[in-house]
Amino acid sequence: MLTEKTMEKLRILAESAKYDVSCSSSGTVRKGKTGMVGSTVGGVGICHSFADDGRCISLLKVMLTNYCMYDCAYCINRRTNDIRRATLSVSELEEITMEFYRRNYIEGLFLSSGVVRNPDYTMERLTAIARDLRLVHRFNGYIHLKSIPGCSQELLNEAGRYADRMSVNIEIPKEESLKLLAPEKDHQSVFQPMRLIQQGVLENKEDRKRYRHAPRFVPAGQSTQMIVGATKESDRDILQMSSMLYGQPTMRRVYYSGYISVNTYDPRLPILKQPPLVRENRLYQADWLLRFYHFNVEEIVDDQHANLDLEIDPKLAWALRHPEAFPIDINTADYEQLLRVPGLGTKSAWLIVNSRRFNRLTSYDLRKMGVVMKKAKYFITCNELTDGYAVPIVGINELHPERLRPLLVSKTQQKRVAEERQLKLEFEE
Amino acid sequence: MTVYVFDGTMNGLLTAVFDAFALHEQPQQLLMKGDALPLFCDHTYQVTTDGEKARRVWVGLEKRLPREAMKLISVSWLSELRELNQPLFLYICKVFRHGNIARNFSDVDVLAVTNIARRVLHEQLRMKQFIRFQKAKDGTYLTVVSPDHNVLPLITDHFQDRFNDQPWLIYDARRHYGYYYDGGTVIRVTFEDEAAVPFDLSNGKMDAEVLSSDDALFQDLWRTYFKAICIKERMNPKKQLSDMPRRYWKYMTEKNE
Repeated sequence: MLTEKTMEKLRILAESAKYDVSCSSSGTVRKGKTGMVGSTVGGVGICHSFADDGRCISLLKVMLTNYCMYDCAYCINRRTNDIRRATLSVSELEEITMEFYRRNYIEGLFLSSGVVRNPDYTMERLTAIARDLRLVHRFNGYIHLKSIPGCSQELLNEAGRYADRMSVNIEIPKEESLKLLAPEKDHQSVFQPMRLIQQGVLENKEDRKRYRHAPRFVPAGQSTQMIVGATKESDRDILQMSSMLYGQPTMRRVYYSGYISVNTYDPRLPILKQPPLVRENRLYQADWLLRFYHFNVEEIVDDQHANLDLEIDPKLAWALRHPEAFPIDINTADYEQLLRVPGLGTKSAWLIVNSRRFNRLTSYDLRKMGVVMKKAKYFITCNELTDGYAVPIVGINELHPERLRPLLVSKTQQKRVAEERQLKLEFEE
Repeated sequence: MTVYVFDGTMNGLLTAVFDAFALHEQPQQLLMKGDALPLFCDHTYQVTTDGEKARRVWVGLEKRLPREAMKLISVSWLSELRELNQPLFLYICKVFRHGNIARNFSDVDVLAVTNIARRVLHEQLRMKQFIRFQKAKDGTYLTVVSPDHNVLPLITDHFQDRFNDQPWLIYDARRHYGYYYDGGTVIRVTFEDEAAVPFDLSNGKMDAEVLSSDDALFQDLWRTYFKAICIKERMNPKKQLSDMPRRYWKYMTEKNE
C-alpha cells in the first residue's frame, strides 16, 4: 500500500515539521498492556536517534499536511511560500507510525498540521488519527498532538483522551510583535486552548480521585515554544513569559527555537547569517535555573540586564552580580545554596549533600566526584581552605567580579558570540 | 603485602571477603587468576570459591545495605571490567566494618563502584535507544548488538513490556548469546553454529531470503525521515557523536547503509 510516493510525502512533511523543536517523550509512565503494543517510560524519555544537527529524534515528528490557510511570516509553511505541498493519508500515517514503532525507531508520534479549511476540520483529522492508533491499532506508546488554535472544546476534550501531551505554540512572546508577523493570529487564540487543556486535566484529576479507572486526560501535560531572534523581544520578555507559564499547573516544558531565516524575502524579518544558537543555549540554561535550581526570573534578568550575557552562563552572571552571597561552605551550606554555585549542578550537589554526612569534604574529594572546579573554586570554601595556614584563599571577594570575569570567559566562546552578533556582508565576486 | 587471588566470578569475590574476615587479615590487593603479581608480594592466598560462603556474605550485605545499593552492586558486576574487582572487594569489606557507606562518595572505592555502575546503566539506556529491529518473514523481530558491558539482562524487561505481542530476538554478537521472546516468556539462547545464522554478525543485517518483504521499504522510509528532519543551518556533528557514539552505528539502520 505504501509506495515511492509515500516516501516523498514523508520527506516533504518531515521537512515542514522540523522547525518545531519540541522533542520530549517524557512526563508519563504507562506500563505495557496485554493486547496493546507499546509503553511510555517517563523520566527523561528515550531518544532513539540523533540527527546530523545534534537534535534528538524521539518521536516521529511529522505534519499531516503542510497546506495552510495562514500566512505567518516566520513559518516555512505559510500559504504564500512556494514550497512543495503534500498530505499524508490517515492510513499511511498510521501504518508508518506502527511499523516504525515496532522496529524501535521511535517512541511515538508527534503530529502537527497546517490549518486547512477551518480549525475544527483540521483538529478533527488529528483526533481521528490518535483515536485510530489507540483503538484500532492498539497503540500504547506516546502521542503528542498539536492543538489547533480556534478548534472547538469538544474536539479538544476528545483529543486529550488519546494524547499523552498536547501543545500550542506561543511563538512570539509579545502580542504586538505577533500581530505584526501573523496578522491573522493573536495571543487569545493561543491561550484559549491552553486554558481548555488545563481545565480538562484538572477536572480529570478530580474525577480520578473518585473513580480510579477514569481514563486519563493529557497525562504528560502541555508544552509550548517561542521563537528567539525573529522579533525585538528581550530575553527578559521571553523568560517572564516562561516563568508565568511554568506557574500554571500543567505546563511542563517551554522550548526556545533560534530563528532560522526561512523566509528571507520578508522585510518584517531580520536577516541573520546564522541562527542565534548561543542565545538559544543561554535561554535554555536560564530555563533550567527556573525549573531545577530554585531561581526566580527577576534574579536572572532584571531592568539593568534585560538580555542574558552571551559570554557567560546565567548562573555565573548572577554570581558575579552577587559577590556578597559567596563564598559558600561546601560542608555546611544547604542544598539550595549549593545549587547557586557556578559549576555545581543538581547531580554534584546531591553527591555533596550525601557524602558530607560521613566526613568533611575537601576540594580533592570534589574533583574526584566530578565537580567542575574551574568555575566553582572561586565561590566555595572546603575543609582545607578554611585552615589558617593552608593555601591562601583566592575567591570572588578577593579577586573582585570584574577581574574574575575575564578568567572565566574562554576565547572560543568569545569568538562564537562575536560571530553571532556580527552582521556579515557578502560581496559578490 | 598480602594479595588474594580469585577465579573472577562474583561468588569468588564474595568468598574472598569471607576468607579475609575468617583469617583476620586485610589484603591490599585482589587479583584475578592470571593477573601478574605485584613486585613486593610476601603473601598470596588462593581463594577457593565456595557457594555457601558467598551466600552468607551476600545475605550479610543485604542486611547492611539498602536495596538500591545492592542493585548498584549487581549492576556494576555486569560491567565485566577488571578494574572493578579491587574497589568492589574493598567496598564490601568496608560495609562489614563501618555499615552502610553506600552514599559516601568521598570514599574512593564507593565512588569507583558507583561510577562503573553508572556507566553500565548509561549503556543499557543506549541499548534501549539504539536497538533497531528488522522483521523476518516469520514475523520475528531481530536485532544484533555488541555492547561494551553485559547489559542485555537489564533491558529484557523493557522490551518484553513494550513489545509484548511480537516475538523478538536480541543477540549479543560479542558475548555470543541472546534473549528470545516468543510472546510468553523471555529465554536465553545461544547458537550451536554461529556461522549458519541468517544474519550478518558484523553489521546486524538480515539475509535477504529471510527478511520480510516490506522491511526494506520501512528501512528506506526511516533513512529518508532521518535525513529530512535535520536542519542544515544547525549542523552539529560533535553533539551527534557525543550522544550517539560511532561504535553503535554499525547496527543502526539510519547509519549503516
